[in-house]
Amino acid sequence: MALSEQTARIATEARTASSRREVIYRHSLAVRLTHWINLLCLTLLLMSGLALFNVHPQLYWGHYGYPGVPTVFSITGRYNPETAQPEGITRIGDYTLDTTGILGVTYDSDGRPRPGAFPQWATAGMDLALARDWHFLMAWMFVINGTIYFLFGLLSGHFWRDLAPRSDQLRPRHIVADIWNHLRLRRPRGEEAKRYNVLQKVAYLAVIFILLPAILASGLTMSPAATSAFPFLFDLFAGRQSARTIHFICANLLLLFVLVHVVQVLLSGAFNLLRSMITGRYVIKPERTS
Amino acid sequence: MSRIITRRKLLRAGAATAGTTLLAGCDRFFESSSMRPLLDFGQLLSLKAHRLLLAGQPLVREYSLDDISPDFPSNGTAMPEGFEYFQLIANNFENWRFKVDGLVRNPLSFSLDEIKQMPSRTQITQHSCDEGWTAIGQWTGVPLAHLLNIAELQPEARYIVFHCLDQMTDSEFYYESIDLFDAFHPQTILAYGMNGGGLPVRHGAPLRLRVERQIGYKNAKYVTRVEAVDRLNMLGSGKGGYWPDRGYQWYAGL
Repeated sequence: MALSEQTARIATEARTASSRREVIYRHSLAVRLTHWINLLCLTLLLMSGLALFNVHPQLYWGHYGYPGVPTVFSITGRYNPETAQPEGITRIGDYTLDTTGILGVTYDSDGRPRPGAFPQWATAGMDLALARDWHFLMAWMFVINGTIYFLFGLLSGHFWRDLAPRSDQLRPRHIVADIWNHLRLRRPRGEEAKRYNVLQKVAYLAVIFILLPAILASGLTMSPAATSAFPFLFDLFAGRQSARTIHFICANLLLLFVLVHVVQVLLSGAFNLLRSMITGRYVIKPERTS
Repeated sequence: MSRIITRRKLLRAGAATAGTTLLAGCDRFFESSSMRPLLDFGQLLSLKAHRLLLAGQPLVREYSLDDISPDFPSNGTAMPEGFEYFQLIANNFENWRFKVDGLVRNPLSFSLDEIKQMPSRTQITQHSCDEGWTAIGQWTGVPLAHLLNIAELQPEARYIVFHCLDQMTDSEFYYESIDLFDAFHPQTILAYGMNGGGLPVRHGAPLRLRVERQIGYKNAKYVTRVEAVDRLNMLGSGKGGYWPDRGYQWYAGL
């Protein structure tokens, strides 16, 4: 009798302890500010970048490239005389895809075909001069914002404290478990939710330390003034046209990262996560008792 | 006449209208004149940063003969219109006179042969169009610095304007301008030769500018007169070039 009462009391205490809702301060002001400025910059960089791509929707490898030189990627719109319809053709290496309606040729709200590699809604219809202006202005903002974030991350210990995987996270068993959790869309709770998971950390580190420097350096390689100051950029990217191609690939990877990021936020409690990126405060859900 | 407006149709129309309005709003935002000062600030930032980086006046990379691209696209004018230019070609530019004037102590005038007698520089460089394509070509010409040194700039001179033979509109000929930082760069030349031969008409015969640290449209073709000025707002629409007058950046090092 006495024993079972005691057991029941312990069980109740444990339940209340683990079901306690805990609020932690997750994001510093610097991270929150640079995050939202990043969003603005990335959106405008992407839109103006697609507008720039549309002016010459071919990518090459090497130092030179112009109509007639073999492409590694292209999006073209053409009139198909057999079907008497416009068609959009996307070429990746030797593969040809019919992308009518999505890339190459799109249809406006009245159903009229509109030529252009990327559709009007993606580029806001910016012409070359305007797209260049916006792209470069946003590139400056992006770089300045990124530098502030980088210095903060380094000096405040944010990189080391929040982004560097802990030794227990690097154990194969943990990594496999984390992949399995991702596949089942199972979210960490309790103590595990207080830190980023290992896949998340690797993704953030890859973006911050590989993708962003690569997109910046390949962008600079397209500038004759910048390559005059840093001619090694040509060697790093195997030429200006290769740099343009790599810049485009990096932009796509960055977009992919953002899409996955947004999906993850939607799946993991969008309200809580958005609030944490605005106010800094994040609610930790209790561990499951069952 | 019966018109049945279904909910779906209404929703679709609404979505289309909202989409169009949003897009139009987006377009207007990007083009809005209130954004202009911000964009101009971005341009200034690039110019200042590049000037800082290039303070030592390094040369742009020069390529070898093997690197020359099989073709070299001709953008903009490929053949100036009008009888005057036709006559110049017909006479092999023998009657053509090239002028250096404006804010100089010694205004100059040369024939093409006289220019070819001057010190020359040959360079194989990469040409980058703002559209995204690039080509590599060899250029032979007279360094602009040489001409400016003979003409002796007056102290007020700040920009060099290139007046061209190709007429773009009823009242405008192509023109471009650079400042003295680029004008005196060793690789800034007025080229009369390309890829070992003469300069083809589609690439700007008899003389074209090569300003290697800036992109395509700054490299004016069909240059017939070089003018030293103290400001750019006296010419065209005041932005310093045919394309800059149409919204393109005056400084195009990127």
